[in-house]
Amino acid sequence: MNAQSNLGSLISDSLANTLDVSLPLFRPELCLAATVVLLLLCRILPVLKHADSALIALGGVAFGLWYAWSDFKSLPTGGDLLAGRQELFTGLLVYDSLTAYVRLLLMGFLVLYIVFTKVSGIPDREDGADFYTLVLGSTLGMCLMASANHLLMLFMAVEMASVPSYALAGLLKGRKASSEAALKYAVYGAGAAGIMLYGLSLLAGVLGTCHLPSMALGLAKVAHVGADGGSVMVLSLGGLMLAVGLAFKLSAVPFHFWCPDVFEGAAAEVGAFLSVASKAAAVALLLRVAFSLGVPAASLGVPAGGDAAAQTLAALGDTRHFIVYVVALMAAVTCTLGNLAAYGQTNMKRLLAYSTVAHAGYLMMGVAAALAMVGVTPAGSRDAISAVAFYLGTYVFMNLGAFAIVAVLRNTLRSEEIASYAGLVRTSPGIVVATAIVLVSLIGLPPFAGFVSKFLVFSALVEAITAGAERPLMLVVLVIGGLNTVISLFYYLRVLKVMTFDPPPAERASEPFPLVSLPGAVVTALVVPVVGFGLFWSGLYAAAQLAGAFAS
Amino acid sequence: MDPAASLTQPALWPLTAIVFLPALVAAFLSLPIVPKAREEFIRWTTLLTTAVVFVLSLWMAWPQLFGAAGPAQFKLGEPGMQAVVKLPWIKAFGIEYLLGVDGISLPLVVLTTFLSMLAAAASWPITKHVKAYHVLFLLLVTGMLGVFVSLDFFLFYVFWEVMLLPMYFLIGIWGGPRREYAAIKFFLYTLLGSVLMLLAILMLYFTSDLRQLAPEQLLASHVVSPALDAAAQADAVKAITAAQAPVHTFNLLALAQIGQLPNSPFAAVQLWGMTLEKWAFLLLLIGFVIKVPVVPVHTWLPDAHVEAPTPISMILAGVLLKLGGYGILRICYPICPGAGLDFAWLVCGLGVVSMVYGAFAALAQKDFKRMVAYSSVSHMGYVMLGLGVWSAVAGHEYRWDAWAQGVNGAMFQMLAHGISSAGMFFMVGVLYDRVHHRNLEEFGGIFNRMPVYSGLAIAVFFAGLGLPGLCGFIGEVLVTLSSWNYSRVLAVISAFTVILTAAYILWAIQRVYLGAEYKGPHGDHLTPITPRELAIATPLVFFAILFGVAPQILFNYVTPSVNRQVETLADWTRRVHDAAPAQPVAAAAPRIAP
Repeated sequence: MNAQSNLGSLISDSLANTLDVSLPLFRPELCLAATVVLLLLCRILPVLKHADSALIALGGVAFGLWYAWSDFKSLPTGGDLLAGRQELFTGLLVYDSLTAYVRLLLMGFLVLYIVFTKVSGIPDREDGADFYTLVLGSTLGMCLMASANHLLMLFMAVEMASVPSYALAGLLKGRKASSEAALKYAVYGAGAAGIMLYGLSLLAGVLGTCHLPSMALGLAKVAHVGADGGSVMVLSLGGLMLAVGLAFKLSAVPFHFWCPDVFEGAAAEVGAFLSVASKAAAVALLLRVAFSLGVPAASLGVPAGGDAAAQTLAALGDTRHFIVYVVALMAAVTCTLGNLAAYGQTNMKRLLAYSTVAHAGYLMMGVAAALAMVGVTPAGSRDAISAVAFYLGTYVFMNLGAFAIVAVLRNTLRSEEIASYAGLVRTSPGIVVATAIVLVSLIGLPPFAGFVSKFLVFSALVEAITAGAERPLMLVVLVIGGLNTVISLFYYLRVLKVMTFDPPPAERASEPFPLVSLPGAVVTALVVPVVGFGLFWSGLYAAAQLAGAFAS
Repeated sequence: MDPAASLTQPALWPLTAIVFLPALVAAFLSLPIVPKAREEFIRWTTLLTTAVVFVLSLWMAWPQLFGAAGPAQFKLGEPGMQAVVKLPWIKAFGIEYLLGVDGISLPLVVLTTFLSMLAAAASWPITKHVKAYHVLFLLLVTGMLGVFVSLDFFLFYVFWEVMLLPMYFLIGIWGGPRREYAAIKFFLYTLLGSVLMLLAILMLYFTSDLRQLAPEQLLASHVVSPALDAAAQADAVKAITAAQAPVHTFNLLALAQIGQLPNSPFAAVQLWGMTLEKWAFLLLLIGFVIKVPVVPVHTWLPDAHVEAPTPISMILAGVLLKLGGYGILRICYPICPGAGLDFAWLVCGLGVVSMVYGAFAALAQKDFKRMVAYSSVSHMGYVMLGLGVWSAVAGHEYRWDAWAQGVNGAMFQMLAHGISSAGMFFMVGVLYDRVHHRNLEEFGGIFNRMPVYSGLAIAVFFAGLGLPGLCGFIGEVLVTLSSWNYSRVLAVISAFTVILTAAYILWAIQRVYLGAEYKGPHGDHLTPITPRELAIATPLVFFAILFGVAPQILFNYVTPSVNRQVETLADWTRRVHDAAPAQPVAAAAPRIAP
């Protein structure tokens, strides 16, 4: 009798919780899911067969963007920053400012992305429904990545984001390179997923829970009791294997090998999706995992500000130290290798692939600095997360812009080789100026948005150094980051050099690419924010600061 | 400050116009509504824009010329920052749109606007992609002027970097045969320097704390605008002093105040066995000396100068090199005085090495333009020596007037070199436009073919040589004299370098202008100087002579600001560095250094 009523109240409580708390905060994802269903229905129902799937997708995503925006707007600002934090669906997901920010970013990106793909002509009309189903499904997984609070959810989200991407990579059905890219991506992804799953099982086995904040408490307990060498070994191994899965999504060295091949083989449109959305979600997930495991959550019976909280925080010092070292070293290597490898590329998409690898490195530097400063200066840690969030925000425009340029140039020149861009400035100066802005922003020179992002990440590193948080490591990372900026100059400028200094090939019909055209308008719309956020970045930074408060 | 009041700051529109008018016109010219084919229109618009900017800068610098002086105009003899513009930009980092001029920056601003005007006029022979050239040229002008008037380190850095890209394209598209190599080399060297500078900026920013400053220091450094009424000032000061966490700043004046505090946080933090102050000084110094440039980071300069088209060479030599010297004077020393004192040997040593090396390298050149480029390395060595000597005097005899002499000399040398080197590059360009080669061995007898041109050219080269009565002399002699107090060896070497300078310039004059008759290629193209060329050359020669016989014109601007900075730092050395009892700062009356 008693047990029955307990069960009844459990069911009614969780039902009420799901309906009243979880689902309202899950509306953007629901919009995506509904749009996916609608897109699939369109294929079945003869009435809707001729509906334009891009428009349907755009409509659904617009709703999602609206909800994401209103969620973001209603986040509490100032005062109690943690008041907005909610665990959804019995702790499987977490809703906080980081979730809201990344979701807003992904939805905003999708809107731009659908418009861009509609204009650039890939996918064609037949593939449209498939393409947008895959893109939206993958983005749904990315939203879940940003809000995962449970190992099970983490794995599901990563797979949900990855599996549609494998199919997307093979979108150009007739092309061998595209199929090869898809296969390579899938095999690589499966391997990484397997290793990650094994790591997850090790972690869950030792700590006895899959709930990330509870795992942090478990880790603190392990540190407190003084664990035997064996379980520390298993935990580190599990952590490293989890890092493999994350590194694959981030395309961090040494798990980046898929990246150039996939980007070269797949259409530029797919490359844009993978390099922007996938990266944003992966960085959010990295932040989520690092902070969930390294910082005790206030909601779990450990009252904030008390001695117990301080003790737990201190006990997690070793965990943080471990994560910081793994992330920082991986960042340094990723950045350097990405920039060096980009130097020799002759294909624009391949060059951009290595450029995204390098940028993953810069982003991870920010994550490392953020976690390093946790116990030392909480304000600095918030600044560092804000830097990463800001970087993601500008990266949307920079990289989508770069790939949009590749796509529209492919449509006119029928080539993605850098050499084929020779002398483009003679016939189409507008697109060359746009390319110059995007690439110089990717180098990180003012007055463009990329400079501000890099400035913020470097300032996070310097703040860590001056605050004495992991000082030697942060210094090394900072110096490597600085040197990489100089190295990256070479290959970005080489593209501009070919476009401006070199004479145009004789056989190219002078096909001027006017900026006053639909593709031109898309490129302009992506490039203007690159300049705008370089000059007036207060607004975006305020939003990023809100996201930066998620762990404090 | 409420928005309405902040938009009525007297200097807001003049200074903003000086900096951004070229960029605005560049944006207009880049629009498709300006047809590419209307080259004359584009050229005249550019020339007119630079002329307007020049007149505006003159309006600020010389109010008497325009009638009564307004609040935005420069008051001679006042050492502090004037015409300060302060608008919030990025509040989260305390970054401001903070502009201002003093006796150090204003002459350089006028030099820049003047040379930009002449360079725009010298751009007529450019016939390739005229539209793109002028757009980039105007963007370059905005970057240069922005650096000189920025008082916010972030803003300074943004302008510093904004110059790079236009320069890269200007050299890379319109340059000589090895233009691509020269352009990327220029970009790479400067970017390396500026990344190091960025690291130093961030270090200083995160170590700075405005709470350490007294209210009057906050006012003096324009952290709290002196234009506010007393109550608002008190509120603003209280907001800073009552803050819980450190209040960081990018304000250059405030950073200087913090750096000169007895308990400067920059000197307190240790990194790898050196104070943060020293690290910052070295990083900034590397960034700036690459621009100056000094040996051994000078190798971009001969390439860039030789390959760049004539007007860009004029700008490079006339203005861009000065940015390095300006940065050292405005940023390195005031913010890191202790490191400046400790590294005086380094700065002076680099100066003397460049001086001698540049002179010998110039002697060895066969290419006329390359010779002039190396003469720039040599001449900028004097600037480094002049800037360096002032921070240390052997023993503990802090004779601030001897230091002031050196810094005044360095400032004068920068301005004079701006005139003479731009003139020399222009003179080489005039010849090159005609005969399309620059081989010193193949010239000779130009005087007979182009007498007016040769007369002007010889005057300019003599100014570069440092002949008394011409502008090059004053700076060199002041620097040499003041370095005597620091190190007699360096003084003797720098005095002897004058002989080397005389050697390569006289030898060049002999080989190019004198001699019986021109035997090189394209001899029939040696037409007399055109009116346009004459209009560019004459002002340069005029100012070369004027500043040689009446250096006071420049010293009236430069000396008060320089002397005050030197006095403050001399006082700092006594007070902080040696922990000696403070002595009253000498009377602030403007003094003429010589």
